Amino acid sequence: MSMFQIFSISGSAVSAQSQRLNVVASNLANADTVAGPDGQAYKARQVVFQTAMVGAGNDAASAGVRVSTISEDQTPGRRQLDPKNPNADADGYVTYSNVNTVEEMVNMISASRSYQNNIEVMSTAKNLLLKTLQLGQS
Amino acid sequence: MLNRLTDQLNFQTQALSLRSERQRLLASNIANADTPGYQARDMNFAQALRDATAGNASAGTLSTTQSGHISSAAGSGSASQLLYATAAQTNLDSNTVDMDRERANFADNSVKYEATLRFIGGSVRTALDAMKSPNAA
Repeated sequence: MSMFQIFSISGSAVSAQSQRLNVVASNLANADTVAGPDGQAYKARQVVFQTAMVGAGNDAASAGVRVSTISEDQTPGRRQLDPKNPNADADGYVTYSNVNTVEEMVNMISASRSYQNNIEVMSTAKNLLLKTLQLGQS
Repeated sequence: MLNRLTDQLNFQTQALSLRSERQRLLASNIANADTPGYQARDMNFAQALRDATAGNASAGTLSTTQSGHISSAAGSGSASQLLYATAAQTNLDSNTVDMDRERANFADNSVKYEATLRFIGGSVRTALDAMKSPNAA
């Protein structure tokens, strides 16, 4: 029964979207940090999605999703003059993270919508399968 | 008489199988709505059903030549018949999934799947009623 594969397909998408939400959360949390874990200014991270075949064979009809890489945004961070800050450089500038808050909020809404879509697909498939199980009864 | 009933049952079974196949296809499209470069797929349902119920092995389906062979289910050999959807609005990452279209198709396919289920249930009930003894009622 090919409908059972819907759970793996939508499940992979849900897991990929939740990873995207996770990355957005890290970015937003670090929007105002001066130094990341490596001592440098925090760099915004973005997930890259890739199609992953689900189940046996290379069937084009069952295409799930997986996160292929998490790339770091290499644009230079925002610099602000603040000589009193202990993290200021020789010129008195502090480099903040390069997180764009508006972009991250849009990303978050998009991820949550896709998440909901896939959950709805799963619940529809589940209802149809349950009705198939009741075939011939009543 | 019974042959005619099972003929209709066979047809609806093929339709159900293809409907579930299409449901899976649409779920893949919705899952890949954010994947860069993904091309949305869909099937020509009428053509696929015609091929599945024609009885002759069309291109792409396996023919069974020995008793041990398992016949391929309807739709499983239909990968070559899958079509690519064109994007209604162009996208920078060349993803052609149109979420509105996919959601509409998904809802449409779910309803038709349920309809097919009821047709099968109706055929079964008709057959059972025909077999009932008139005194049993």
